[in-house]
Amino acid sequence: MGEFGLNLLPALPELFLICAAMALLMVGVFRGPTGREAAATWSPAHADNARGISWAAIAVLVIAAFLVSAQPVERITVFAGMFVGDAFAGFAKLLILVGSALTLVMAIDYNEREKMARFEYAVLILFATTGMMLMVSANDLIALYLGLELQSLSLYVVAAFRRDSLQSTEAGLKYFVLGALSSGMLLYGVSLVYGFAGTTTFPGLAAIVADQAAEPALGLVFGLVFIAAGLAFKVAAAPFHMWTPDVYEGSPTPVTAFFSVAPKAAATALLVRVMIEPFGPLAEQWWQIIWVTSVLSMGLGAFAAINQTNIKRLMAYSSIGHIGYALVGLVPGDETGVRGVLIYIAIYIFMNVATFAVILCMKRDGKMIERIDDLAGLARSQPMVAAALAICMFSMSGIPPLAGFFSKLYVFLAAVAAGYYWLAVLGVLTSVVAAFYYLRIVKLMYFDEPAPAFDRPLGTGVSVVLAGTSLFTLLFFVYPAPLLGAAAVAAAALFGG
Amino acid sequence: MTMTGWPLLSLVTFLPLVGAAFILAVRGPEAVVAANARHAALWTSLATFVLSVFLWLDFDTRTPDFQFVEVREWIPAFGITYKMGIDGVSLLFVLLSTVLTPICILASWEAIETRVREYMIAFLVLETMMVGMFCALDMVLFYIFFEGVLIPMFLIIGIWGGKRRVYSAFKFFLYTLAGSVLMLLAILFMYFETETTDIPALLNVYLVPEVQFWLWLAFFASFAVKVPMWPVHTWLPDAHVEAPTAGSVILAGVLLKMGAYGFLRFSVPMLPDASVFFTPYVFVLSIIAIIYTSLVALVQEDMKKLIAYSSVAHMGFVTLGTFTGTVQGVEGALFTMLSHGVVSGALFLIVGVIYDRMHTREIARYGGLVHRMPVYAFVFMVMMLASVGLPGTSGFVGEFLALAGAYQANTWAALFATTGIILGAAYMLYLYRRVIFGELTREDLKDITDLNLREKLIFAPLVVLVLWMGIYPKPFLDVFAASSGPIAARYHAAKSAASEPPRVLRTAAAKQE
Repeated sequence: MGEFGLNLLPALPELFLICAAMALLMVGVFRGPTGREAAATWSPAHADNARGISWAAIAVLVIAAFLVSAQPVERITVFAGMFVGDAFAGFAKLLILVGSALTLVMAIDYNEREKMARFEYAVLILFATTGMMLMVSANDLIALYLGLELQSLSLYVVAAFRRDSLQSTEAGLKYFVLGALSSGMLLYGVSLVYGFAGTTTFPGLAAIVADQAAEPALGLVFGLVFIAAGLAFKVAAAPFHMWTPDVYEGSPTPVTAFFSVAPKAAATALLVRVMIEPFGPLAEQWWQIIWVTSVLSMGLGAFAAINQTNIKRLMAYSSIGHIGYALVGLVPGDETGVRGVLIYIAIYIFMNVATFAVILCMKRDGKMIERIDDLAGLARSQPMVAAALAICMFSMSGIPPLAGFFSKLYVFLAAVAAGYYWLAVLGVLTSVVAAFYYLRIVKLMYFDEPAPAFDRPLGTGVSVVLAGTSLFTLLFFVYPAPLLGAAAVAAAALFGG
Repeated sequence: MTMTGWPLLSLVTFLPLVGAAFILAVRGPEAVVAANARHAALWTSLATFVLSVFLWLDFDTRTPDFQFVEVREWIPAFGITYKMGIDGVSLLFVLLSTVLTPICILASWEAIETRVREYMIAFLVLETMMVGMFCALDMVLFYIFFEGVLIPMFLIIGIWGGKRRVYSAFKFFLYTLAGSVLMLLAILFMYFETETTDIPALLNVYLVPEVQFWLWLAFFASFAVKVPMWPVHTWLPDAHVEAPTAGSVILAGVLLKMGAYGFLRFSVPMLPDASVFFTPYVFVLSIIAIIYTSLVALVQEDMKKLIAYSSVAHMGFVTLGTFTGTVQGVEGALFTMLSHGVVSGALFLIVGVIYDRMHTREIARYGGLVHRMPVYAFVFMVMMLASVGLPGTSGFVGEFLALAGAYQANTWAALFATTGIILGAAYMLYLYRRVIFGELTREDLKDITDLNLREKLIFAPLVVLVLWMGIYPKPFLDVFAASSGPIAARYHAAKSAASEPPRVLRTAAAKQE
């Protein structure tokens, strides 16, 4: 047990990140254009400033990732038990940092091209990332909420970052209203739990819940349901997914890419920790919620995506479906399952970043295009980009030997091992339905007559990210042991291993 | 590992990928790339074939054990290893895959004009997946190769196929995927029950009959679609008709064998009690497949479709023989698979030859080809007779053994299945008469040319194989023999234990009491 205020080491990455974010904010303000120019929506000076700050932010994220990986794997709590550092948090933080850094790299070119480059973007991403890292390290419901809000408030602004675009501001507003609603639900649940348990710390709750496991107080269960609903909102699992398609479609594409990876990883890790640590003994109560959410998400993700014409909307439904699969691993509430969830999310991040990198390449005559049909014949006009997207699509539908197969393998293994056969059967069958729309994209690119080619060049940042992430997806099977091993260690940390 | 210490199986499996990587790296004008891709693919696949011949030469036919075994650590956290090895069941299918691939590439030499580079890469990747599937000795590894086949095949049908290629490609992909994912769950269940995915180890594990019952159904869902058995065969005519010639050859020659191979590798030896229990149902489905699809084949107007339906009928003999659980039946199933792989592949190539010239597969558009194409008529005749099962050709040996096995297991099943042979003769002879004999009346057929050198080179090995297998089948049967015995023995042990009533029901009844 660390003493309050004395041992800051476990929180070093977060502290570094938040200090660096504030420093970059200052640098950005004082280095940027002044006077009339500063008031303009866009100017070359803004772009110049944004580029510098963005690369600095990426460097900060990379340093933070090193700091995270240098953390000891033992469980340490600090700040009077509010903050916990363990292998689980470490794994999730690395995913968050990688997701943030990759999507930020992709955003730089895009923001300049679309004349929305302002340094605040990178700073907001840093703040959101800090919030996410606090979320996964939360050891108390209050700490959880603080992390969540730091993340959410930054994300609301980022969603509306293109402030002269109706769609973007609408997305931001929608996200804000619905996000506030979900935060409210979460808080309501937290207050109920506090009222019935008398504590907000996770270990304290775990002890009280374990005492009541046979016959839990009704208020406690109600609180748990509200907390689960609030968190389901954050991970965009059906039936709390309604905001996702609109926000994904309306937000600027790099923002959508960011939304679909880092916050998703953070919220999922948070959900896992909350369900396993404080409410673990109540698994009898919550597994039904997770079960239903998982099945609904898989079903909705598979069927609703079929008729989409906008690629970002399609990816929104796809992400809902993927969360459904990840939650399959949470249903058993055991170590194998959590390991499956972590593997799923890790691989999902890479597939998704690669897919969004391709979406960021979809530009014709200087304008971004988002219709799925615009991908027609891409295999001829841009064979490498098409191959990368095809790899992602096959991977997302879970076809071996691509990475997506392994992610599904481990969550279904957990479900089968725990005896949830019907869940596993529903899962694999919806994955066949989902394969249909992923294949549709492959079909458009490879079977159809080419539409006019996309603009070139694609931009160095996007190209490098695309090559890296798609090669990861393709070649993951060659040497999967490190990621799987790390996920196993992280999952064991939650179960006192 | 071989005596020379080379990981021969891995070499045979992954050498095609090296060729694919080379083709990917070729740069230059499109014509140059296409020519390079063709040659690189041909030489890679020939080298793979030569390597695979060493497998046969070094193969010890006296033991049912797995040979050339290679084990590498792969996913240590889960005990999943990269384990390869072959026995009498798989050896000849590895060879079938490596023989058919260069033939397919040669057959596509002129027929494929667009996106040659991608085509050749797809075929080489496909070869890796096929060979890997027959060699895999770990369930997860097996599944990866089994499913991985879908990606290149989907692209081959979808990009280079005929008019309804998109529909067919989707149907093929989704049908097989839907079946396979259930098998994945069965594999996971077996892993969870036995804590291993090692196939030789699982062959020695006994699972209780209730568990076998569900596992068997899950495996069946996957393999029955792949074989394909009636009534889940409907993807096959579509996929065959729309695929380019070489795609049909691989589909019929190797991909269909994957399902039957699965029955022989997993369903019967690992789940013998359930296999005994389900045998009557499999017999019924096989007999329906044999009779019904033969009748359907009789009325087809498209040559490719006719051969596609005949494939379903022939595979009916394979499933019939497999589930007789007799040594003859199993050997007959294996031999029929091998023979059908060569013969149906050749028949699709035969259709491809005239399709390349006339761009139609409609039977009515042809007639009297013997006057202009004598060599072609000869090759067609050999393959047609082999398909019918004439003694002296490969088709006879397999079907005879399968029916001999069926006769021991169930006289009625043998009786009904034999009618299939008669129907088979009917539709094949009818096809041959309409295409080859008669007067050459159509104007555009008057200057059709006979087989050129490349085409003769394609057909020569196939004709030799068909006659060799028919006249002197011993080398092939020797390979099958050692491994067929244990499979049949396991089935028999389960059958005698289940005498009356079947074991699955008995345990279920015991449970109720």
